Amino acid sequence: MENIGALAILLAFCLGIYSVAASLVGAWKKKPFLIASGERAVIAVWALIMVATGILVYALVTSDFRFAYVASHSNRDMPWYYKVSSWWGGQEGSLLLWNFLLSWYGLVVVLQNRRKHRPMMPYVVATLMATQVFFLTLNAFPASPFQMLAQGRNIVEVPDGNGLNPLLQYWTMLIHPPILYLGYVGFVVPFAFALGSLITRQPGDQWIFTTRRWAIVTWFFQSTGILLGAGWSYAVLGWGGYWVWDPVENVSFLPWLTSTAFLHSVMMQEKKGMMKVWNMVLVAATFFLCIFGTFMTRSGIVASVHAFATSNIGNYFLVFLVLGIALTIYMILGRLDYLKSEAELESVVSRESSFLFNNLILLASCFATLWGTLFPVISEAVTGEKVSVDAPWFNRINIPIALFLLFLTGVGPLLAWRRVSAEGLKRNFKWPLLGSLLMMTGLAAAGIRHPYALITFGLCLFVGWTIGQEFYKGAGAIAKKESMNLMSGMVELTHRNTRRYGGYLVHMGIVIMFIGFAGAAFNRDTTVEVEQGRSFQLGRYDLKVTGVNSGQTDNYVWQNATIEASVEGKPYATLHPERRIYSQSQQPVGAVSIHRRLNEDLYINFAAISSEAQKPIIQAYIFPLVSWIWIGYWVLLIGSVVCLIPSKVKMSYARTEVVGMAGKHEKVAK
Amino acid sequence: MNRTVKFGLVIAIVLGTIGWLAAGGIGESASYFKSIPEVEKMTPSERAKKLRVGGVVETGSIKRSGNVVDFVIVDGSSKMKVQYAGNEPLPDTFKDGSQALIDGRLGDGVFHASKIAAKCASKYEAKPGQNYKGSGSVYVKVS
Repeated sequence: MENIGALAILLAFCLGIYSVAASLVGAWKKKPFLIASGERAVIAVWALIMVATGILVYALVTSDFRFAYVASHSNRDMPWYYKVSSWWGGQEGSLLLWNFLLSWYGLVVVLQNRRKHRPMMPYVVATLMATQVFFLTLNAFPASPFQMLAQGRNIVEVPDGNGLNPLLQYWTMLIHPPILYLGYVGFVVPFAFALGSLITRQPGDQWIFTTRRWAIVTWFFQSTGILLGAGWSYAVLGWGGYWVWDPVENVSFLPWLTSTAFLHSVMMQEKKGMMKVWNMVLVAATFFLCIFGTFMTRSGIVASVHAFATSNIGNYFLVFLVLGIALTIYMILGRLDYLKSEAELESVVSRESSFLFNNLILLASCFATLWGTLFPVISEAVTGEKVSVDAPWFNRINIPIALFLLFLTGVGPLLAWRRVSAEGLKRNFKWPLLGSLLMMTGLAAAGIRHPYALITFGLCLFVGWTIGQEFYKGAGAIAKKESMNLMSGMVELTHRNTRRYGGYLVHMGIVIMFIGFAGAAFNRDTTVEVEQGRSFQLGRYDLKVTGVNSGQTDNYVWQNATIEASVEGKPYATLHPERRIYSQSQQPVGAVSIHRRLNEDLYINFAAISSEAQKPIIQAYIFPLVSWIWIGYWVLLIGSVVCLIPSKVKMSYARTEVVGMAGKHEKVAK
Repeated sequence: MNRTVKFGLVIAIVLGTIGWLAAGGIGESASYFKSIPEVEKMTPSERAKKLRVGGVVETGSIKRSGNVVDFVIVDGSSKMKVQYAGNEPLPDTFKDGSQALIDGRLGDGVFHASKIAAKCASKYEAKPGQNYKGSGSVYVKVS
């Protein structure tokens, strides 16, 4: 069976190369049958990868410890869903996951576009398959998941496997890698269409209409993946941090920044025919940053807690990145005339320029984060001394950037295109501005002195207000005209222009998340060595240790404390932080206990046993407002879904020469 | 003032601010990667810098009491005493024999750690046959 798996990967690799060649030659020599066979090869590659994946997952579920991969990443006692998730627990498997998702995307693209976009499809297929071939190379040669264990010349089975890292045995970790990958792999599609249209000099902005939904979906997956990682880190690692600017977190954040910039600047191209080169650059940058992220996590060139062992596949990535980037730059430079802008920026205060600044600032954040992440590598190359920068440095730059972005979120959508009148500014911003200034004064008077937190709360109200105002005004007008109530007016309004109002909802989600981020300014904590019956104080909570117990399960030995929290003498909550030592790996893992509330979370970690006195060491934390981060995520989710629902009213934008084109593509894209 | 100049000016202000923030922060935020033998050879002025030191946690050296953790890290034949009193709990992977990456400053004879990252050498990519119970034999991977 293992041979079939390895063979399937090899065959897929060969067919992938064939598909690239057939598509390119077919397009060059104008041979439709070659192009068609290139597309069919995509389907065959998909089928072969399904076979290979099926075999690996089957081996994992049935605990076939002849497979080196299964023996390293799974063990007998794990529940079945963790056995399945061992699929992406290690290097070979996660590369196979990449291949798996990419082949699905390839399949969908080919089936969706069989009769559309004929001139550019061969190049789209070639780009998709070239990427696929790259990842298949990794799976076929340096990182095969179908390696077997042998003694001498005989394939043998080991009695039990090493098991999945206990830290990863948590529900968000089940879905975090596949979802993040869905986002990163997915960006290959917009990139492929962009490149295809560039090569064939497609008139108009066809690739943008075709891929904007792809871009929204993959952006949404990226956001979800990042948030799941943050949620995991918060609930599992024991100190309640959800973001520490670790290199691996950073590289997942970089393509998110550029794809966010892309989603915004793409509107400039759709509506005004501007920023065409820029959009090409953004879509390419996002794609290469996705590959770069995989490279960083896999190659271990920067020390990170998450980074997997140093491996030999880093060079493959470097070659792919260098070739891909060179080709893209060459293509863009060769086609600058075709990417000419159709309009000019007219005023510093206008919708156009708010997009411009949004992009500028997102890219600045991306560049700064990249720079900081690679600083050890850069400094070693320049001065010979390896220097790293820590979280405060990243915060120092990114907090002001984030606040400026938040400000733009409130202002940008309300500015008129082209130029803004003073009257318009006053109409839209007078009340939100006054309201938020009033609130900031109130908060400052109430004793909140943390400047960034104050500004954040002020901006959150400001942005939230402007968004609410947009919904209220629009819905009110519709409700009056169509004589319905305000609520159905709201729904109608959203349905008429789903992308706009869905976008507002996403913005609202971000605003709510910022409330949660600002809460971090008021975190409190304490560490105590306790014994049964002892009490300690944290903020307004009296915490009493009422019991310390220990025991054993098949999988681990545990020890836990029962802690009763009370506020002003009234019982509030009972928490059970636990400490486990997994038998298979002898790995101690804390299981924190969290009492989640909207105003603040009470978070208790059983940190360790003291060496001398053999008493539990307990760490207790208060995390104000942190739940709003997760609530904000759900709003973002709803907003993203709304963006994907087709609008009831077709928008036609007043663009000079390509109006007819835009209308046509709109129909084609549906 | 014409449009290009205006835009240029605003963009320059934005980027300048960010650049200023970035450059200003680097001095206080930088930590220098040093091995333990390198740290031993450092001059007093160099010792005042923030450092990042790597090593293996010596087996049996971890002593916890209250919120203070003392331990020793080893790199070849060199050893260094480390004390940690931060508010973040140590990572679960921090235990006897794990590889630790420690940020902090040198004190009098003790390295005061502000942040500790650790990973078990064999955590993610254990060598086949290494961790299997009751197997004394050597396994190799074949494809």
